[in-house]
Amino acid sequence: MSDARTQILGRAREALGADELDVPVPREYRVTGDLAPGSDDVVDLLVDRLVDYRATVHHATTPTVAETVAALIADARTVVVPTGLDVAWRADWVPEVLEDSREEPLDVATLDAAGAVVTAARVACADTGTILLDGEPDQGRRAITLVPDVHVCVLRADQVVHLLPEAIRMLAPHPARPITWISGPSATSDIELSRVEGVHGPRTLHVVIVR
Amino acid sequence: MSTFLGLPRHRSSTPEEGPLGPVPHADDPLRWGDPFPVAARRALDDAQMRRNLGHATSTIRDKRASVVGEVPDWEALRDTGSAVKGDVMARLPELLAQLEENVTARGGTVHWARDADEANAIVTRIARERAVDEIVKVKSMATQEIGLNEALAEAGIAAVETDLAELIVQLSEDMPSHILVPAIHRNREEIRRLFLARMEGAPDDLGDAPRELAEAARVHLRRKFLSARMAVSGANFGVADSGTLTVVESEGNGRMCLTLPETLVTVMGIEKVVPTFTDLEVFGQLLPRSSTGERMNPYTSLWTGVTPGDGPQDFHLILLDNGRTRALADDVGRAALHCIRCSACLNVCPVYERVGGHAYGSVYPGPIGAVLTPLLTGAGTEDAPHGDANASLPYASTLCGACFDACPVKIDIPSLLVHLRARDVDSRRERTVPTGWDGAMKAASWVMSDGARLGRAEKGTAALRVLAGRKGYVGTLPPPMSAWTASRDLPAPPRQSFRDWWADEHDGNDGDGAAEENA
Ligand code: SF4
Repeated sequence: MSDARTQILGRAREALGADELDVPVPREYRVTGDLAPGSDDVVDLLVDRLVDYRATVHHATTPTVAETVAALIADARTVVVPTGLDVAWRADWVPEVLEDSREEPLDVATLDAAGAVVTAARVACADTGTILLDGEPDQGRRAITLVPDVHVCVLRADQVVHLLPEAIRMLAPHPARPITWISGPSATSDIELSRVEGVHGPRTLHVVIVR
Repeated sequence: MSTFLGLPRHRSSTPEEGPLGPVPHADDPLRWGDPFPVAARRALDDAQMRRNLGHATSTIRDKRASVVGEVPDWEALRDTGSAVKGDVMARLPELLAQLEENVTARGGTVHWARDADEANAIVTRIARERAVDEIVKVKSMATQEIGLNEALAEAGIAAVETDLAELIVQLSEDMPSHILVPAIHRNREEIRRLFLARMEGAPDDLGDAPRELAEAARVHLRRKFLSARMAVSGANFGVADSGTLTVVESEGNGRMCLTLPETLVTVMGIEKVVPTFTDLEVFGQLLPRSSTGERMNPYTSLWTGVTPGDGPQDFHLILLDNGRTRALADDVGRAALHCIRCSACLNVCPVYERVGGHAYGSVYPGPIGAVLTPLLTGAGTEDAPHGDANASLPYASTLCGACFDACPVKIDIPSLLVHLRARDVDSRRERTVPTGWDGAMKAASWVMSDGARLGRAEKGTAALRVLAGRKGYVGTLPPPMSAWTASRDLPAPPRQSFRDWWADEHDGNDGDGAAEENA
């Protein structure tokens, strides 16, 4: 194996020759947007993008998060939450709540049978309509936001930034966390390039924005 | 030097009967079927395929144009993307070593594969050691290129493609015809028939609405995802400074494969490394808008080695050469390695739109395939068999320049094509026995081999405009272009040839030597 390694790296060095190639990288693109994080304008832009991808958007205030979420999951028999989810958001839910963590993970069959999952998020990018999760205890293992068919994601308005570079730079201090960017429910464009929502990931994505 | 191609045989062009009619059968994923001019002529007889493709590519072109148009700093992003890739090539050995170190530090295992056989053997060994006889796969060009599914099948291991289009190709025993949507040449009715004939559990009353077809695939694959023990993926990017790997996808099949099985093996071409985590802020904007014409694809997964308690606990990264260092050694052709496989150049190419992906006889079709395939296989050099059909690929273009304009990392494909034509001609000058297609291509290659002659020839196309007159199309052309005009009227050439356009854009400096490598 080290043989292949030596040979590939050797060939690459040989291919490049002796000259030091110094390629300057210009960075003239926008790294901060015109819309301030958490502003009404940036939230409106995010909502526009999410709706375009057929995610469903709900608005709440801190005291109304629990009841807003409760209404969305009322039909489920069981609902999965990561252990770090804000307990205040969990008041008065009808379904049985199943906690999941890296230390005590639910098995796949349990996730498959669950009616919904409720998580927080790390940051959201309005320009592209993207919610970014980084697997911390309020968002949980990657499997919990994948296997259940309904994902309810609670986002604070102050977590919404305008451009992708702003979002990436919030994640950059911890690149090794398992990270998932979510832009709408799962979809495919593989049949005649027409977009169909709902393939293998959750077919329904509810985003609750808290101001 | 051997050819590093897995199965370096000559093309076999025996199409095999499938549920949707004859499909090509490839012995070598980078070299199959007839040479381009012959395959292209046959493809032009396939009216259904051309309709499917015309519809799909025009849809995606419109979507791409609208989402690219709304980004005010698109050109600045392209400049950065292009320069980052140039920097990667210049520092490839150092960046690969850094990537390896970081993946290893986070609990992953890194393997190196010089060619297809070596990569396939590593995957097979990993599966055998874990007594796995079925794996789930995320769509990946690298594993297509090495013929992994076939190699695993020989070892008695079933590889299940989970991307919808890839599943369609696999069930029909077809070859991919597009790098993003491998089944782009199939329409909904063909897919319905295929699912009914070949997909376990497809309902008898299956309709042809894309929604219904996608639902049938969801049901079919779900059981496999939930029980799979091992997955194989490619990678869109591998970040050197953190060891993070990235898969960009839509359906969630990628997340299933990357998250649920215990063992994950990722096969990544060595050119896919990027220097820093923050470079993802650039490619994360360029790739989705250029490929599916969306502001962002539904899911992007990033993982670094092993995360205890979350996702696969047994992670292997295979760094694949398979001709890439050979392409790197060509200091002009090297730019083809900048490709991020978005497929924008396919969707805008007038030649691709008419002949489809199969005519290119490689898993990499279209404008980028016409340069990448010969570079990886060494066509037109002493590394490739004499009369290698891949040497005809650089002629599969009108040099109109649409691919260059569309490319998010600014690969100057027209200049690369001209460069490879010259390389091909030079190599054949030293060989005296002409092969079949040698004759067919001779006139064109002579013209294309020389900058001045090329300039004159392209100016000559101005005469075609006159021939075309007000009808706006040309009825017949001399060979080899007659292969196209025989079955289809060629649109009149654009008012400006690519070279004239270049000269206008660059202060009257003739495009000769325009093979300026973008970074
Ligand atoms: S060459 Fe450019 S446009 Fe074509 S697939 Fe690669 S990155 Fe996309």
